[in-house]
Amino acid sequence: MEAIPPLARWFHFMAGIMWVGLLYYFNFVHVAALKSAAADASAAGINRHVTPRALAWFRWASVATWLTGAALLGGNFAAAFALQPGHRAIGIGAWLGTILLINVWALLWPAQKIALGLVEASEAQRIAARRRAFLVSRLNLALSFPLLFFMGAAGHASAYF
Amino acid sequence: MKNPLDSLPATVVCGLALTLALYLVVRYAIGS
Repeated sequence: MEAIPPLARWFHFMAGIMWVGLLYYFNFVHVAALKSAAADASAAGINRHVTPRALAWFRWASVATWLTGAALLGGNFAAAFALQPGHRAIGIGAWLGTILLINVWALLWPAQKIALGLVEASEAQRIAARRRAFLVSRLNLALSFPLLFFMGAAGHASAYF
Repeated sequence: MKNPLDSLPATVVCGLALTLALYLVVRYAIGS
């Protein structure tokens, strides 16, 4: 049982790097690359071979990150989410991580399925879904900054607060 | 008004500003 927190921390870091790393890849690289690729008619290859793979790793890394984070919180899970004294920094990080996870599965993925043509939709619905996915992804990018700050600061509270 | 999320630099600034705001709330208002 003593091995669970160190292992959970290790897997939490790895899954979190994959999740946020892919979020940054989409926002800093992929969107701009698709725009350029659309100009020379090479976007179809990216959308067929790169986007679905990157999205699958992104989605499941979000689940792995949350679950390993919950395991890491262990008995402090409720105290963190209730923002009790001594747990407020990690609690804000945990809430932000949960909001990001909900955004991924409840808003982003349904919109991406429409945008990528994985479900039946009209062209107008596809355009609206692309816009929705873009905005949710950008919102998650902005929220990831305080998320990472509070995750990092929570373990070194005396240096930050 | 233009949505700041349409611009990558503006999104980054929003993220940094939100981080600062939440930090100040924890540091001075509610405690860690």
